[in-house]
Amino acid sequence: MSRLIALLAAVIVLAATTLHASGQTAKPVSEDVVHEVAVQLRCVVCQNLSVADSPSEMASQMRAIIRERLAAGESPAEVQRYFVERYGEWILLAPPRRGFNLLVWLLPLAAVLVGLAAAALLIRRWTRRARTAPTSPVAVDAAMSERIRRELERES
Amino acid sequence: MKLWRWLIPLAAVPVLALLAYGFRVSPRDIPSPLVGRPAPGFALSTLDGAPMTLEGHRGKVLVLNFWASWCYPACYEEAPVLERNWRGYRDRGVVVVGVDIQDKREAAEKFVADFGLTFPIAQDLKGTVSVDYGVYGVPETFFVDRQGRIRVKHVGAVTDDVFRKAVDRLLAEAGAP
Repeated sequence: MSRLIALLAAVIVLAATTLHASGQTAKPVSEDVVHEVAVQLRCVVCQNLSVADSPSEMASQMRAIIRERLAAGESPAEVQRYFVERYGEWILLAPPRRGFNLLVWLLPLAAVLVGLAAAALLIRRWTRRARTAPTSPVAVDAAMSERIRRELERES
Repeated sequence: MKLWRWLIPLAAVPVLALLAYGFRVSPRDIPSPLVGRPAPGFALSTLDGAPMTLEGHRGKVLVLNFWASWCYPACYEEAPVLERNWRGYRDRGVVVVGVDIQDKREAAEKFVADFGLTFPIAQDLKGTVSVDYGVYGVPETFFVDRQGRIRVKHVGAVTDDVFRKAVDRLLAEAGAP
């Protein structure tokens, strides 16, 4: 029985040391990569600030968590997925381009296209009116031109 | 030409529909993706130095409350509620656990003493547990069922009504006691 316990203890110690070792061999994380992940995440206690830009304690804790996860070997995409799993898509400053969110990306584009089409249509109509205007001569008969001439003479 | 006259008011309809939808949704109401999912594990130690883990409370209905001593007034309002209900329910398989976040130890100890809190309270100094639970402000309270699943997330001060409704429902469910 005591031998079993000793064996168990040895296994636990071995497991602990290998775990510790794997923790120590964690690859160095560049601050650029941490920033790259943090800048896409919403600081949860701020208004429209990213985790990278916020000076709050919560944001600094989140940056530390990002750094730790990257050091443990996770890819930036995996770290981002971890935050989305916890907070939902709300945590992303830019909504992913699918489903209902597509409206955010497509609506401005559609508005610009409709605006351009309307402007083109109106410009065409205006220029057509300007072109056609001088080509329609005003009918002036002889009596009228005679009257204009007389009135002009009287003025001078 | 007739068509044009109708097109402009007609174009306002989808815009109004979008606004009607947008204004009806509260921006403070952020649905947690964690509801219905297993509660993330944690290993903290209480202010008294005792270990506090999720596994240690398996088989009980767990009320996990995130708070801070600087969170006035909501945390001050709910502290007596939590203490009262912890005393009322502790013999029926319910555990109340407090997690103090972004706080100073002395301030937390003063808060606990001021309100005479007797349920276990631990500090999450690195914020790992709060991020694991998707906490974005204090107070937030998670009601975890006997199987260790998050069932209700309550944002803001817990009232007697909120506490009892959630806990009674989880107690009524069959589960490994």
